[in-house]
Amino acid sequence: MRSAATRPAERLFTVAVWAAAGAVAAVFAWMLADLVAAGAARLSWSFLVDAPASAGRAGGIGPILVSTLLILAVAIAAALPLGLGTAVWLAEFARRGSRAARRVRLALDVLAGVPSIVFGLFGNALFSVWLGLGFSILSGGLTLACMVLPILIRSTEMGLAAVPEDWRRGAAALGLSRAAALWHVILPAAAPALSAGLMLGIGRAMAETAALIFTSGYVDRLPGSLMDSGRALAVHIYELSMNVTGGDANAYASALVLIALLLVINGLAALLAERWLGRRIVTS
Amino acid sequence: MTGTAPCAPYTLGDLAEGTPCCVPQPHLEIRDLSIAYGGQPVLAGVGLDIPRGCITALIGPSGCGKTSFLSALNRLTDLIPGCTVRGIVRLDGGDVFDAQVDTLALRRRIGMIFQRPNPFPLSIRRNLDMPLREHGVRRRDEREDRIEAALRGVGLWDEVRERLDAPALGLSGGQQQRLCIARALVLQPEILLMDEPCSALDPLASAVVEELILRLAGRHTIVIVTHNLAQARRIANYAAFFWMTEQVGKLVEFGQSRTLFDAPKHSLTAAYVSGRSG
Amino acid sequence: MISSANSSSSRSRVDAALRPALFALATASAALLALVLLFLAGESWPALAEGGWRRFLASDGWYPASGDFDLWPMAWATLAAATGALAIALPLGVGGAIFTRFYAPPPLAAAFRRLLGLLAGIPSVVFGLWGLTVLVPILARWQPPGTSLAAAILILALMVLPTVALTADSALAAVPPDWLAGAHALGLTRSATVLRVALPAARAGIAGGALLAAARALGETMAVLMVAGNVVQTPTGLFEPVRVLTANIALEMAYAAGTHRAALFASGLLLTALVALLAWSAARVGERTNA
Repeated sequence: MRSAATRPAERLFTVAVWAAAGAVAAVFAWMLADLVAAGAARLSWSFLVDAPASAGRAGGIGPILVSTLLILAVAIAAALPLGLGTAVWLAEFARRGSRAARRVRLALDVLAGVPSIVFGLFGNALFSVWLGLGFSILSGGLTLACMVLPILIRSTEMGLAAVPEDWRRGAAALGLSRAAALWHVILPAAAPALSAGLMLGIGRAMAETAALIFTSGYVDRLPGSLMDSGRALAVHIYELSMNVTGGDANAYASALVLIALLLVINGLAALLAERWLGRRIVTS
Repeated sequence: MTGTAPCAPYTLGDLAEGTPCCVPQPHLEIRDLSIAYGGQPVLAGVGLDIPRGCITALIGPSGCGKTSFLSALNRLTDLIPGCTVRGIVRLDGGDVFDAQVDTLALRRRIGMIFQRPNPFPLSIRRNLDMPLREHGVRRRDEREDRIEAALRGVGLWDEVRERLDAPALGLSGGQQQRLCIARALVLQPEILLMDEPCSALDPLASAVVEELILRLAGRHTIVIVTHNLAQARRIANYAAFFWMTEQVGKLVEFGQSRTLFDAPKHSLTAAYVSGRSG
Repeated sequence: MISSANSSSSRSRVDAALRPALFALATASAALLALVLLFLAGESWPALAEGGWRRFLASDGWYPASGDFDLWPMAWATLAAATGALAIALPLGVGGAIFTRFYAPPPLAAAFRRLLGLLAGIPSVVFGLWGLTVLVPILARWQPPGTSLAAAILILALMVLPTVALTADSALAAVPPDWLAGAHALGLTRSATVLRVALPAARAGIAGGALLAAARALGETMAVLMVAGNVVQTPTGLFEPVRVLTANIALEMAYAAGTHRAALFASGLLLTALVALLAWSAARVGERTNA
């Protein structure tokens, strides 16, 4: 009798599993190699700071980086207070399993699933048209704020839930108000998790294209104010590869910049989450 | 020495200055106290007077409602969803459960120490400074004086004076528990509730905290839950024995600890303190 | 007499105000969903009121200029692209998860997981860019024009693969070790342990991941828009260019007005309903496994 490991079916399964993983790794290696090969040649300091020339075929992405950062700033400024407040309510004030909390969570779950293009439609109808903000950094940023809100709330709520109950009881037993306990103890204790969630939200917002094409628009000049249209980096990549013949090289270079930024942000998020986990282990 | 409790097993605090120490005069009056979680009673019909300046030990097997009883005294039970408390607790004659009562002020007067040391993840100094500031002590030098006094009071000052801005979580378990006691003391409470304060500590640290509790008695009324009968016998002036009947905790016997341990009136108490049950 | 003379009562008032203030913020967050749905419904009303929902299902085609808004071809294309992507991503992703849990040496498993995490973070527009410049030319050499349903399926499969693999991986990690040890004790081979014990035990988690991946594939815009060719037609072959619902919105919103604009919003509403249903059931499936 042959041993189990050498039976044909067993070997076939082993080969299939390794092949699946190998195929996935190979395709992604191929893609990343292409990105680096096609993009690295164009990367330089002047590419990062110069304005685009000849519809983006030449020149750099300076104004586009500025617009991207402004859109992100608006999105975070709008989403952070709302998200933090909601998460604190869910984690600290809502009764476990209360109907109101369940409804809020369900609404956020559904919101998290709304496709980004639909956020684009909504943002266009509400911010650009109804509120009269037009195609502007403000419209785009507010649209992204709606999109990242569920992510922000979910991670903040998880961070707060992980804060040991001992500290809440300790604060209450000292006659501290709940506001003081939150401000001095609970929020600082959850801070690494909160920032990790924030980083995730920023990463998601920075990668977004579809929600921005009819809210913040395409204008690739340096924006003068938040009411100007500004082109985000992801929109720039789309524009160069779809609508500008001969824009591929700069599209790849921009993609490389975008991925590098996202890697830094994701790395920071992972680092913060890890430190936070590490601290929990020390204290409990 | 009229007025002080007989049989006090230690030298009472500031007797020289003439301050009242352990006196058989109620500081907390508890009448017919019942506690339920989600309609399920855990403690029923408890009535006793906690004497001023004394150490009162709550003993009895696990799960008979001692911790719930303790939490009801400073209304920490308010924080537990579905927990209902019925009965009367009077602090110096004022009803603790009155709707008008400012629970924050109440908890300032009645401090609490938990089983597991729970210093905040802040510096040693901020652990004491923040509650003071929140309770309206505006002057910085006053806060610093009170922090030093509290840390000296728990015998921690010499150990931490050089590193007041180091994280409190870096202290050892026994030091953390003493810091928590200092954090309660800095608010100058009249009453200290202690929920098995030594059970998470090693024997040496436990002895240090026990000695500290003895020193605090007199100036503070102390109510302590303990599973360590030897400890209760060593430090308590009064003892209350809780027992569970039909899933509900009840107070079986309350009295001077020497009586309760050496000549219990109730057979359940006798069985428990002699180690025959529980 | 228990209230002391210091500022306690004002602090209690801060606390009393904090709860309703935070509740108001939470309500606002939840109301955002209602606002989104309200605006979608409001904006699509002109198209729905004039001719009803039938015009979206029974017109002669998608000719916005003449008021024909037949969504079927694009709905079929959307479903075909998402189904095809899932058909590829599901076996590969689950295979990858089995690899990391049961076959790979730990350092390799960790590296593979990190690779998947990296891929999950790559923006869709970058997938689109790569698909358009690398994948489509390869397809075009073999089956012109290259921009096609097949290209959309392949790119979407790549995009949702990390979702499938990572959720399957954590579902497999949650299988009680006792069960696996029991399988070994019964003398089951490694493949039998995986197929008969681990996968059935993890099936709810894997299904939840697949639903999430399906939602992501249905809702994806940029990557599909860039590689699918965007011709409005009911897909009849893998290598025909197609246009999906999301891409249609992105392409036509720039100039749409009146009923046309309303029709685009209506298609957005339909898409949201579909995706929200999937996301909701994914959350439900996940809840059941946690419980």
